Amino acid sequence: MSAYEPVIGLEIHVQLATATKMFCSCAVAFGAEPNTLTCPVCLGLPGALPVANAQAVHFGLMIGQALGSELAPRSIFHRKNYFYPDLPKGYQISQYDEPLCRGGELEGVRIHRVHLEEDAAKLIHVGASGRIHGSETSLVDFNRGGTPLVEIVTEPDLRSAEQAGAWLRLLRATLRELGVSDVNMEEGSLRADANVSIRPVGSTQLGVKTELKNMNSFRFLERGIAAEIARQEAIVEGGGEVAQETLHFDPASGSLEVMRSKEQAHDYRYFPEPDLPPVLISEAMVKRARAAIPELPSARARRLRETLALPEQLARQLAFRGELYAYFEASLAAAGALQPTPEPRLIATWLSEELLPRAAGELETQGGNVPPAALAQLVALLAAGRLSVGGARQVLERMLAEGGDPAQIAAAEGLEALSDEGELARMVAEAIAANPQAAEQVRAGEGKAIGPIVGHVMRASRGRADGQAVSALIREQLGL
Amino acid sequence: MGVSDILELSAEATAAAAHAGELDPGELFAFYRSRAQEPEALELNCFCWLAAGVPDGSSAAEAPLGGVPLGVKDLFCTAGAPSQSGSLMLKGYIPPYTATAVQRALDAGAPLLGKTNQDEFAMGSSTEHCAFGAVRNPWDRNRVPGGSSGGSAAAVAAGLVPWALGTDTGGSIRQPASFCGIVGLKPTYGAVSRHGMIAFASSLDQAGPLSRSVRDAALLLGAIAGRDRRDATSVGLPEPLALPQRTDLEGVTFGVARELSAQAGAQAGGIEPGVQAAFERALELAMSLGARIEEVSLPHAALALSAYYVLAPAEASSNLARFDGVRFGHRSGDERARRELYAMYAQSRSEGFGAEVKRRIMLGTYVLSAGYYDAYYGQAQKVRTLIAEDFRRLFAGEGRAARGAAAPKVDFLLTPTAATVAFELGAVQSPWQMYLNDYFTVPMSLAGIPAISIPCGLSGKPGDSASGMPIGLQIAGPAFSEGPLLEVAHALEQALGFDGSPARRHRGLGHAHVNGAGGEAGGIHQGGPA
Repeated sequence: MSAYEPVIGLEIHVQLATATKMFCSCAVAFGAEPNTLTCPVCLGLPGALPVANAQAVHFGLMIGQALGSELAPRSIFHRKNYFYPDLPKGYQISQYDEPLCRGGELEGVRIHRVHLEEDAAKLIHVGASGRIHGSETSLVDFNRGGTPLVEIVTEPDLRSAEQAGAWLRLLRATLRELGVSDVNMEEGSLRADANVSIRPVGSTQLGVKTELKNMNSFRFLERGIAAEIARQEAIVEGGGEVAQETLHFDPASGSLEVMRSKEQAHDYRYFPEPDLPPVLISEAMVKRARAAIPELPSARARRLRETLALPEQLARQLAFRGELYAYFEASLAAAGALQPTPEPRLIATWLSEELLPRAAGELETQGGNVPPAALAQLVALLAAGRLSVGGARQVLERMLAEGGDPAQIAAAEGLEALSDEGELARMVAEAIAANPQAAEQVRAGEGKAIGPIVGHVMRASRGRADGQAVSALIREQLGL
Repeated sequence: MGVSDILELSAEATAAAAHAGELDPGELFAFYRSRAQEPEALELNCFCWLAAGVPDGSSAAEAPLGGVPLGVKDLFCTAGAPSQSGSLMLKGYIPPYTATAVQRALDAGAPLLGKTNQDEFAMGSSTEHCAFGAVRNPWDRNRVPGGSSGGSAAAVAAGLVPWALGTDTGGSIRQPASFCGIVGLKPTYGAVSRHGMIAFASSLDQAGPLSRSVRDAALLLGAIAGRDRRDATSVGLPEPLALPQRTDLEGVTFGVARELSAQAGAQAGGIEPGVQAAFERALELAMSLGARIEEVSLPHAALALSAYYVLAPAEASSNLARFDGVRFGHRSGDERARRELYAMYAQSRSEGFGAEVKRRIMLGTYVLSAGYYDAYYGQAQKVRTLIAEDFRRLFAGEGRAARGAAAPKVDFLLTPTAATVAFELGAVQSPWQMYLNDYFTVPMSLAGIPAISIPCGLSGKPGDSASGMPIGLQIAGPAFSEGPLLEVAHALEQALGFDGSPARRHRGLGHAHVNGAGGEAGGIHQGGPA
């Protein structure tokens, strides 16, 4: 166990799925021909003025409420001034000391603030495999410039790379459920920076932090943070001091490169954006945003736990993955019409442990060959004792391959559970006779020795027999 | 109707003649276009671009503004016509769209005659700091027209165009109007859209008319004012403007602020005797028309100039950041600039901006810097709030009289527009001395309230810096009081009976010489129809 405790905070940029840009009426779209979604405003042409997008404010309020933030009745835009070719005005319109939302919490991680801003344009470096270093020339695509962003800043409440990854997944599920963003990390609609520091275990002071920029997948985020924790530990172990700097994680080499040191940090010269009046939030706007919020993953996990008695991990798994939950809900609804109705927990377990590993990719399309109702029927057969676990697995395999009704498949393939007690008793007798040594050991009190006898029955029944019933019958016939 | 007749008509009367079919808008346009190209007109260097003709398809004779041609300050974006804000940085820049204020004037039937010269990025009070040459005052060609809307003011005064659009950030419409003997109105902040105005200081910039009469100013303002969905800070005027017709001032109370009158002259370098005399005569005239004059106090007005020269440069330093050589404007051809991004920025901006613009960018960058923000920008914002509050109390009857007693409610405030008449080209070299030109106009800019300058006489008293030069009277009112403000301005204008015709009689440069006026010599770029 390390002598150091990592302290991690995240800054997440979320591209909002509005129809138009933050301050103009250009369409927001990914993958369009470069520089086709532009106008004087998002090109920063002289004389053009920004007008704030009401839908972006609405989405910001939804996010703020989903995270339990305090919504500012009056917030203001600031200009963040710096020169770079992806910034056509020479400043980014963002929010500074009067953001749209402050505070909040999601699953134990406190939110510092949530604010609105505009995205920069996209630089395309030609040559040198897309990196700026060594490239021959750089081009600017202004399509992305001015896309509405929400920046979510957490308090430094995360303690490991894995925890950071898991929490970011939950945040992504929450944003996706809100419908405010595509939350696609590869396309850059969800981007995370991490602030990382370490401190001796037991200390409550914060160490010097470094900032890791733009890790564009969960894996890179976790690897980048882990690499930075290791780097900082090595520095401190070697008697050195961590320097405050901004780092770039190169996923290819796993190395961290310094982008800029503290001395090179920009002075952004923030000041209130004079082209935009304050954002005034009315009670009606807050209500409208609240009404637009569906059940969110963390609340859903709690409900699944409390009302459906699902275990913690299973509840979180279903609640945090939108497509999985949608499947589960549909399956549950179909199960309600069946007699006897299978337990939600059994459906959830079969979804998570049997169907998901076999058909992960198909859940997005409602299960492909195994639609939710079919899984419900399968689990109902199992619950009614008409299929054994083994038999149900075989039916599921067949359904995945060809589709079809589970009861019909079970009947056609002769996979129905052995309900004829005479036949099962005969099979048990045969199995005892075929394993006299094992039978003797069981009689002598060696419970584990029953395995080969049970296996014999299962083979003979091609899995149709119920394991527990078989065990009971063997013991009965052995006079135990 | 003869040529000289046209020249002596107001814009309003010209439009009426067009409506009545007595004037052909095409011929009217040709008349002014030709007049603007006469050698004596070219010497004034009012225009940096002239339209080749009237835009196709305009039915000007029926339109409200009757086809009366319009001069437009260079910093307004005009599709198809250069919009350079007086800067080398934007030399030859032709925007893809037209500013809302200009478009509204065009739509109302005032075709674009030409773009007028200005101080670079509207930073200046003399129109000497123009990349396309200094503009001269038609009353005396050795003198400046004021600024920064000096091209518009000089062109209107000289009868090269019946009216023009300017912009006012700290006095850039009112002071040149004063220096050129014409009317200039800075509307309430938000009355006219800023969309398409190449920004100097966004929280202060406001477009307005320069004209030869108060009624013409009202006519043009009525056409350009209005809420614009492209400018989130625009609100328009509360009600449509009627053309002012008031000739009395019964029941009107004017305030004269101790801080903005003769006693305060010291900080502004002293009010000239002729200016003071003309101002006092205007007060007497006002009283003779039935007005009451009250001495009042604006306790924080003396701080206005200092606050302004923190706030305006701060905003300018940010507004001008987009001129970085990446996509438009000047890009340095320097060898290092070709190889290194930041060298390209630095070199392009060093080459493209003039000295005054650089001074303000540096000033603005400094006051916004970490560690200085609170002491400068933050403090200046507080002063601005106090000044706005001073005016609010004054117009609400909550102000203080000069000697501490409670003051009565004041309807309007009167001040000289400037402490002096137009000075000679090159005469003011110190930046601070130049900034003092804004002493009387900046408080209203910071408060966002409307103010108009009307001519109130000519200089010529012993001790004056010149004789026979126009003097301006400033009238300021509460926010969105343009209607009543124009009414009282009209009454005063009628009583004052100022004669601006001498400026319209072309007089050659003679032995005139230019003292250190920067910029390349003028010359008008000809363009196609805008």
